[in-house]
Amino acid sequence: MNNKIKIVHYINQFFGQIGGEEKANIPPRTEDGPVGPGNAFNNALGEKAEIVKTIICGDSYFNENTEDAKKEIKKVLSEVKPDLVLAGPAFNAGRYGMACGGVAEIANEELDIPVISGLYPENPGYDMYKNYAYFVETTNSAAGMRNAIPDMVNLITSFIEKDGDLGRPEEEGYLPRNLRVNEFADKRGAKRAVDMLLKKINEEDFETEYPMPDFDRVDPLDPIENMADTKVALVTSGGIVPKGNPDHIESSSASKYGEYDISEYVNLTSDCHETAHGGYDPVYANEDPDRVLPVDVMRDLEDEGVIGKLHNKFYATVGNGTSVANAKAYAQEIAEKLLGDGVQAVILTST
Amino acid sequence: MVKEIERAGLPVVHVATVVPISKTVGANRIVPAVAIPYPLGDPDKAKEKEKKIRREIVERSLKALQTEIDEQTVFEKE
Repeated sequence: MNNKIKIVHYINQFFGQIGGEEKANIPPRTEDGPVGPGNAFNNALGEKAEIVKTIICGDSYFNENTEDAKKEIKKVLSEVKPDLVLAGPAFNAGRYGMACGGVAEIANEELDIPVISGLYPENPGYDMYKNYAYFVETTNSAAGMRNAIPDMVNLITSFIEKDGDLGRPEEEGYLPRNLRVNEFADKRGAKRAVDMLLKKINEEDFETEYPMPDFDRVDPLDPIENMADTKVALVTSGGIVPKGNPDHIESSSASKYGEYDISEYVNLTSDCHETAHGGYDPVYANEDPDRVLPVDVMRDLEDEGVIGKLHNKFYATVGNGTSVANAKAYAQEIAEKLLGDGVQAVILTST
Repeated sequence: MVKEIERAGLPVVHVATVVPISKTVGANRIVPAVAIPYPLGDPDKAKEKEKKIRREIVERSLKALQTEIDEQTVFEKE
């Protein structure tokens, strides 16, 4: 290929240098050329490729108005007709990862444009959209940008050199896409299966040709029969804490959760509570924490006898780049405490 | 978190704005919320109206907890 390939880059409001969480609700806008991390990509790609347009969209906007955002982005991609869409990298930012995946879905599924992106494997955007993009594995925070860019550039380079015909995930350095691709093998299936079995028997390393999907699902429990006799607890990943954040729960990648007494409260206000969450605009939750943890309504329902009792403690952590392993461990501990206190049902709120 | 609470034997409803994420993490009873920075509110509305919105979501959550399901279910506003 003699000409530079044309790339459209998708980034969020933060990397688009528009603003932080207070700008997370901006609709998509398009700029000429590279913006923010796009400059580093453009420089590294040199004569091979060029970012001709950058689409910038607020993370909250994309996730709250997905259809509108997708429509607008599809319009831009249809006009520009890039050879490749680059998205992110989004690291472990959930909304950003979902947006990169959503963009990949439109580009790949609807317009047949290949997509290269980067994120941390626990990002929900990966599991949801892995079929639609070549996702390069990054660290969980933007501190890994320095490595993410060369890793993604390597994949883009290989993509250009092979005219889009990329090899297997482990050869090229992208995360598995859960797609089956036909290829010729030099040994027939029966032989390969027996070889594998012998290796297994001999406790040698072997590589399966068809990894089993990991479905970790929990069956729904039976419903509550008599809500008027039920003790209900509130739990949130939205970071609601007593004012001053006494346990110092981190604004992202939380290393702990908090347990807080609400027996004295009929209502959460800006005088007594706030949010510790760093992944959304905190203005509204700080103004009235009931917007995230509905203590006022739960008290009313308790007084009216709709529920038996509101548990006198609530549990909170910050679900912002928090690892799945940590979230799992916190929830196991929280559930044990709730069961110990006779709680029978839980309302868990997420931002 | 939702999945682990349910696994421990406590029926749980997930009030979440980004429903696809809630599905990915394995919540079974899902109630869509208003917006990411204010899942159970709306700062553009008067206080009283806002509380009504919140109450409707909480009531829907309680209804979800009282509904028998056998797969992931999203409880939309009626």
